[in-house]
Amino acid sequence: MFEAIAFYLFAALTIVMFTITVMTSQALYAITAMAAGMIFISAFFFILGADFLGAIQIIVYTGAVMALYAFGMMFFDTTRDVIEKRTNPQIVFALGVLAAVMVVAIFVAPVVSNNIQALYPMQENVGNSQAVGMVLFTKYLVPFEVAAVMLLVAMIGGIILAGKKMDKSLTLMAEEEISTMDDGFEPQAGGH
Amino acid sequence: MEVTLTHYLVLSSILFAIGLIGVMRRKNLLMLFFATEILLNATNIAFAAISHYIGDLSGQMFAFFIIAIAASEVAIGLGLLIVWYKRTGKIDLDQMNSMRG
Repeated sequence: MFEAIAFYLFAALTIVMFTITVMTSQALYAITAMAAGMIFISAFFFILGADFLGAIQIIVYTGAVMALYAFGMMFFDTTRDVIEKRTNPQIVFALGVLAAVMVVAIFVAPVVSNNIQALYPMQENVGNSQAVGMVLFTKYLVPFEVAAVMLLVAMIGGIILAGKKMDKSLTLMAEEEISTMDDGFEPQAGGH
Repeated sequence: MEVTLTHYLVLSSILFAIGLIGVMRRKNLLMLFFATEILLNATNIAFAAISHYIGDLSGQMFAFFIIAIAASEVAIGLGLLIVWYKRTGKIDLDQMNSMRG
């Protein structure tokens, strides 16, 4: 009973928040509503017994990803409305509903057929974090390492893409020097 | 009043549809990234729910890897966005036609 109440409450809240994210024309409303929606999604993970996943959801999404997006918000004039694509709303709605029905069919089909074997069943006497650790560091060790390398590549790529002119320190320069060097992006053939 | 797997899958599909509508609707690139985050989160809910109701931890593992992929996507995507903004001063999708044949 309590689980049902929590599920419906958080389902309604999540749907409302993500609808605001998608539909609003204010960039600040969008990022705030999405941060709230991420927190509400972690509630589903706690209901489902995936405690570690819920904690990771809060830390990574509302901690790291939202901070990065807040950093990206500096490209915005946040008082200005976001201009939208003027497509046919009927086509958009029909395509969205069709894709949702397809996703339901994809997920329900193996459940209905009832032939899923639990490869790594949950153990009774350990907590969720311990069980996750045991499975992650035995059966999924290679994907885990590959994911670590992927994150490293993403970090280096982000630094190199965003950090042009890192040899010049903006905090140590005068205002005039900064305004004169502001001539846009200069592609460089090699490294430094 | 018992919450079953179907409830979670329907919720996940609703959120996925919201994200898809956002992808088709937005023209601003940062807003487009928001919609892709919604898509990834919708699939995460489905993975966690299936993991719980089947009694298998593989769903949670895939959810972890999806979160890692989302974090990498944000880092690289925002880096590219910064470079594009430095070049053009705009991050609208309609202005990205330099590769038009």
